[in-house]
Amino acid sequence: MALRVLVGCKRVIDYAVKVRVKPDKTGVVTDGVKHSMNPFDEIAIEEAVRLKEKKVASEVVAISCGPKQCQETLRTALAMGADRAIHVEVPEPESHTLEPLGVAKIFSKLAKDEDVGLIIVGKQAIDDDCNQTGQLTAALLDWPQATFASEITVDGDSMKVIREVDGGLETIKVNMPAVVSADLRLNEPRYATLPNIMKAKKKKIDVKTPADLGVDISPRTETLSVEDPPVRQAGSKVEDVSELVEKLKSHGFV
Amino acid sequence: MTINRVRLLSDQPPSSRDRDDSFALGLYRGKVKTQQLFPYPDALDDESKDTVKLMIDPFEKYFREIHDPSQCDLDEKLPDKSLQALKELGGFGIQAPQEYGGMQLKNTQYARLAEIVGSFDLSIAVFMAGHQAIGYKGIVLFGNEQQKQKYLPSLTTGEKIAAFCLTEPSAGSDANSIRSTAVLDEDGKHYILNGNKIWISNGGIADVMTVFAQVPFKKDDSDKQSQAVTAFIVERDFGGVTSGLPEKKMGIRSSNTAAVYFDNVKIPVENVIGKVGEGFKVAMNILNEGRFAMGAAMSGVIRMLVTKTIEHAKNRVQFGQHLIEYQSIQEKIAQMGLTHYAVESVAYAVSNNMDRGIKEFQVEAAISKVLSSESAWNVCDECIQILAGMGFMRENQVERFMRDVRIYRIFEGANDTLRLFIALNGIQYAGKNMKELQKALQQPISNLGTLWNQGVKRSKRLIGIADSQELLEVTAPELSDCAKMITQRVEEFGATIERILLKHGRNIIDQQFILNRIANATIDIYSMAAVLSRASTAISSNLPTADHERVLASTFIDEGCQRVEHNLAEVLRKRNLERFSAYSSITNEISENEGVATTRPLRF
Repeated sequence: MALRVLVGCKRVIDYAVKVRVKPDKTGVVTDGVKHSMNPFDEIAIEEAVRLKEKKVASEVVAISCGPKQCQETLRTALAMGADRAIHVEVPEPESHTLEPLGVAKIFSKLAKDEDVGLIIVGKQAIDDDCNQTGQLTAALLDWPQATFASEITVDGDSMKVIREVDGGLETIKVNMPAVVSADLRLNEPRYATLPNIMKAKKKKIDVKTPADLGVDISPRTETLSVEDPPVRQAGSKVEDVSELVEKLKSHGFV
Repeated sequence: MTINRVRLLSDQPPSSRDRDDSFALGLYRGKVKTQQLFPYPDALDDESKDTVKLMIDPFEKYFREIHDPSQCDLDEKLPDKSLQALKELGGFGIQAPQEYGGMQLKNTQYARLAEIVGSFDLSIAVFMAGHQAIGYKGIVLFGNEQQKQKYLPSLTTGEKIAAFCLTEPSAGSDANSIRSTAVLDEDGKHYILNGNKIWISNGGIADVMTVFAQVPFKKDDSDKQSQAVTAFIVERDFGGVTSGLPEKKMGIRSSNTAAVYFDNVKIPVENVIGKVGEGFKVAMNILNEGRFAMGAAMSGVIRMLVTKTIEHAKNRVQFGQHLIEYQSIQEKIAQMGLTHYAVESVAYAVSNNMDRGIKEFQVEAAISKVLSSESAWNVCDECIQILAGMGFMRENQVERFMRDVRIYRIFEGANDTLRLFIALNGIQYAGKNMKELQKALQQPISNLGTLWNQGVKRSKRLIGIADSQELLEVTAPELSDCAKMITQRVEEFGATIERILLKHGRNIIDQQFILNRIANATIDIYSMAAVLSRASTAISSNLPTADHERVLASTFIDEGCQRVEHNLAEVLRKRNLERFSAYSSITNEISENEGVATTRPLRF
């Protein structure tokens, strides 16, 4: 069964970095700041590679949209076991206005071009927390979608997916081709070993542009301002319940 | 006899050396040689940088999630889980050739990884170095094709472990005086090895060992017996190889250190590494090739300690203020930052120069080793002081680094020996030049005495004019004062060398009071130059940290120049020379008394 899996890998500011807002309030400081693969996308790659190891998938293709440095992210995906990668180059500063809709259009075009049977993305990126790309991609392709997946089992031309929802866990059956978005507990990603990093150097990274794919990535929204959250005010201790009620009243909360 | 000792300390005969571009050696002729340090060396291509960048996260993840250095220190053992994961990570063949399963990383790439290992666990650093940096490095550097094919594949994967067996009870720094023997068997097909090695890293667990032993031979046409150190590949499986129990140590406790005993071990003649009698050269080359890594590892340790220290200083309040607000603490922390900048600048200058293809780096590598190991010890000490009681407690993991770091001043070339190595190498280089110049000038030595009395300016004429323009030209304008100060010190240094050579001649070899101070001045000047170069590059590249680096550089250079002045003055001033002879006589009294030689205050 020749199942080709497409995995979206976004290059984001590393989770451990203390993010700082730019003085001009147009965004956050990215220059010289450590970036890495979106953690949920690592989980997505891991799942795809496991499918290949189980011989369910035949090829794993990693995609990243953004500036030249995205190739580092793709090299990590290759070191984790992806077979090849496609870098859709969007230079800075245009990359800062790239939205989920633009990315979804790119993914759906590539899915058709590359004859893909399954798309796995992280449920959301840790920089913008949009949680839209998977859903938009499925809609553009008119494919079924299974979001917040915590377990995937492929069975012929359909999948059983267990989803993490507010009420608990939901099990659904999804026909393929389909789009899945990976949630935290789907798996524990392997770390790339040094020999795999060396082997990954020989794997292919194709570079394309949105124009090559005939995709319009112009933004539909405009960022007006980016600001720090307000500084947390100190609380105060109260002696007993009556004092608490008094304070709540005087602050207008009751 | 004494000149032979100098030859032995360096690994090649003087005539074949091409060292004219070396900054460290140039000092001894009063010259500033900028080629190897300016601009700050940058040997890796983009691809190599990208590759090692990708390796950083996996390495750090290994230490954060799998390996527990604290527990290992208590257990005095490296658990199988750590070793297995390290094998999968690919940590056993980082620099070995790819065709034998290694990753063939360049020195600067390895340095970046060594920083990570050092900052987490020096026991595992020593285990890894014992295995690949020295354990099987001899096969990589000097082995023939059959030896490489036979041994490297299982060593690079970590399937087998290697060890470097040189040290003996009676032979540490004096490597040439080892007593192990390897005698050619009657059949001419085997050497029979007998001897005892002590304090061997991985000694208790190694399967394949590089062993150094004396091979006896008859000198040409006489009956006189001679012997020459030879390097062998010895497998534990050859039989007759036993190890002692793991030594109980002050630090690097989970690294296995053990005695190894060789009792009539039969080594096939094919297992000689290089040629018979080349053992000393093999040993010195192995150590020389790996020395750069210590600079990187120690800079990783220091960086981590600075982070720990500043976190504490910003949070701890005493007498109503955070520690960081007090000048005493600021001075200590600043010194840590300055030290780190110097150690890191020197470490990467050395590794990059090696990667550029520069063949003569032994003096610079020795400088890096001495500077980094002593700096790490001092920074550990200050970190504990600032953390105070907390620093003394095991759970903060700083005291472990203090215990682990101590050995770095001792092994892989004791700092005491390396200081002499640095100074004597330099002096030999200077002396050779002086003789040549004398011939060229056709002036006998006696005339030089009068020149000598006329001070530094005249010396300039003898040894060549130190070109202050040279250093200024390659330095960022913001640091031109520093460039001038360093150039001045270099001129004074060269003049001092010339004077002590004229005064002592060959006897300089025994004047260790002088040689040590010369070495310290060399280390200071080289570090200052590396720092100047790095900061200049930061400024010209408009790095966001350029201004901070400029301040670090000018502060370090200011302090360094004062130290150099002091050391050079000690060497020349007559009164100081009297103090040196007092050191000898004091030692003599203590020796006669077999301890302190004073009368107690209570007279009993």
